[in-house]
Amino acid sequence: MITGRVVRLGDDVDTDVILPGAYLNVTDPQELGRHLLEGYDPEVAARVSAGDVLVAGRNMGAGSSREHAVLAMQGRGVQAVIAESFARIFLRNCLNLGLPAIEHPDAARALADGEQIHIDLAAGTLAGEHDHWALPAQPPFLTELLADGGLVPWVRRRLQTSDR
Amino acid sequence: MSAPRTMTAKVLAAHGIEDVTPGAYGLARVDRVMINDVSGGVAMREFARMGAERVFDPSAIACIADHFWPAKDVRSAEHVARLRTFAREQSIEDYFETGSTRAGGIEHTVLAEEGLVLPGALVVGGDSHTCTAGALGALGIGFGSTDLAAAMALGEVWLRVPETIAVRFAGTPSAYATGKDLILATLGQLGVDGAAYAALEFLGPAVDALDVDGRLALCNMAVEAGAKSGMVAADETTLHWLRPRVADPAALAGFAPDPGAAYEREVVIDVDGLAPLVAVPPSPGDVHPIGAVAGGVKVDQVYVGNCANGTLSDLRQLAQVIGGRRVAPGVRLIVVPATQAIERQALEEGIIATLVDAGAMISPPTCGACFGGHMGVLAAGETAVATTNRNFRGRMGHRDSRVYLANAYVAGAAALTGELVDPAEVLR
Repeated sequence: MITGRVVRLGDDVDTDVILPGAYLNVTDPQELGRHLLEGYDPEVAARVSAGDVLVAGRNMGAGSSREHAVLAMQGRGVQAVIAESFARIFLRNCLNLGLPAIEHPDAARALADGEQIHIDLAAGTLAGEHDHWALPAQPPFLTELLADGGLVPWVRRRLQTSDR
Repeated sequence: MSAPRTMTAKVLAAHGIEDVTPGAYGLARVDRVMINDVSGGVAMREFARMGAERVFDPSAIACIADHFWPAKDVRSAEHVARLRTFAREQSIEDYFETGSTRAGGIEHTVLAEEGLVLPGALVVGGDSHTCTAGALGALGIGFGSTDLAAAMALGEVWLRVPETIAVRFAGTPSAYATGKDLILATLGQLGVDGAAYAALEFLGPAVDALDVDGRLALCNMAVEAGAKSGMVAADETTLHWLRPRVADPAALAGFAPDPGAAYEREVVIDVDGLAPLVAVPPSPGDVHPIGAVAGGVKVDQVYVGNCANGTLSDLRQLAQVIGGRRVAPGVRLIVVPATQAIERQALEEGIIATLVDAGAMISPPTCGACFGGHMGVLAAGETAVATTNRNFRGRMGHRDSRVYLANAYVAGAAALTGELVDPAEVLR
């Protein structure tokens, strides 16, 4: 169960503004977290706090494949990302790193900045202060990946159970 | 006998994906895995955390130092040192570092030049522009670092089978329109998420007429429409280019969609008489003909380089426009040959001399300032015209700098005049 405060972002938030290229030689999540959204809007960047949930419009995470963008979110304590739609690589990176990324156009449009929300991934529900939604069913493969805790434990399990 | 298939479906089916229905999930065997000094740092860390000790096949891996190379600071130097050590310890021979015996350059151009991308192959890379490999009829897909760690450990990636969109170009573009303009036209029509999660296959006589450099530029920016990949069929142009670059030329074969292959969508783009296009900041999808944006845009920096348009063709086009003249006062011209091989050929052809005489600074091959890393980063309020692939806010430096994306003719015209102008007016 995730409970957090919404920080609203716009459409086409690219990974360059989430984590500018100048910091791509940093790999520590905490240090990356200090630069989260630095290229987007300094005011928004300053008020993202541990426990927050980012809610974006269309094409969230467009552009560069930099996993650093997701590491920065985790380093800052962001609990989940909700969007009308995601860019492909960013969505994969979230799933692989175990950061819940929820594609839900209605919820992403309705949730307001500062709103308290509750996400229950096991029950498949998402609730804001004024409305609630059912989460879309996950394909079995992604359920397995999330149950393992992301791609690192998933691969570790495969390496241990194979003859490799 | 299966139904006629797209190139994308054929590659996936040949690499272990049994159900190529869009939306199906599966594990695909990969032919080539590429990491660089940026994606590699996290990938090598996650590889160790997975408990992996050896890469699945050292001959399938390529490690390329290009983003912060030549090292811009101690931290960057240490990333490259780790990449170099990893390659040595894992017996990876395809390690490239500009300035060394395995002369390198920008990853996607290096992979192509070195014969490491073959028609029908599945190429996965720790960089979103891995779709560039589609220029040679391969399925090139960009991934994040942890996916690359998994690919190095297992030789497989998980993926969702994409919808495939046929992008069919109709007509013949004008003389100064290039592969760059075909993809900018596509982005203008599809928008920056119009091909989200989908595979693109570029078709039509305007694509057949492109040389490999033009096809690299075309496929490079497929990701800017949200696409997973962008492919061109491998034809005689491709094979002619590849033959001297591979160990066994006789084994090379063309690759094309089956006749009658069913695409989920077909998009027709009219490029007849197409003039050079410009993507206006901060979106690669905000595309206009050069005539519509010419005049009134003062340019501080012109940057010709990157994995999209740092090829020999781009340098030739730039030198053709410059033609013995000098850059306008107040403008700086930065030229980044994508690889050392391109730099060598440009020297041979006198291009480098023409550009240096014009006032240009020649950078070593590097991703450099394209991603705001180093070697030409922009200050607040500055405007650049770049042959690169992204003009997002702050992409090349300060968040209040601006980048216009265009082909090398337009870049050359901007260098000579200090503004956005139709290259036809400058060429003589």
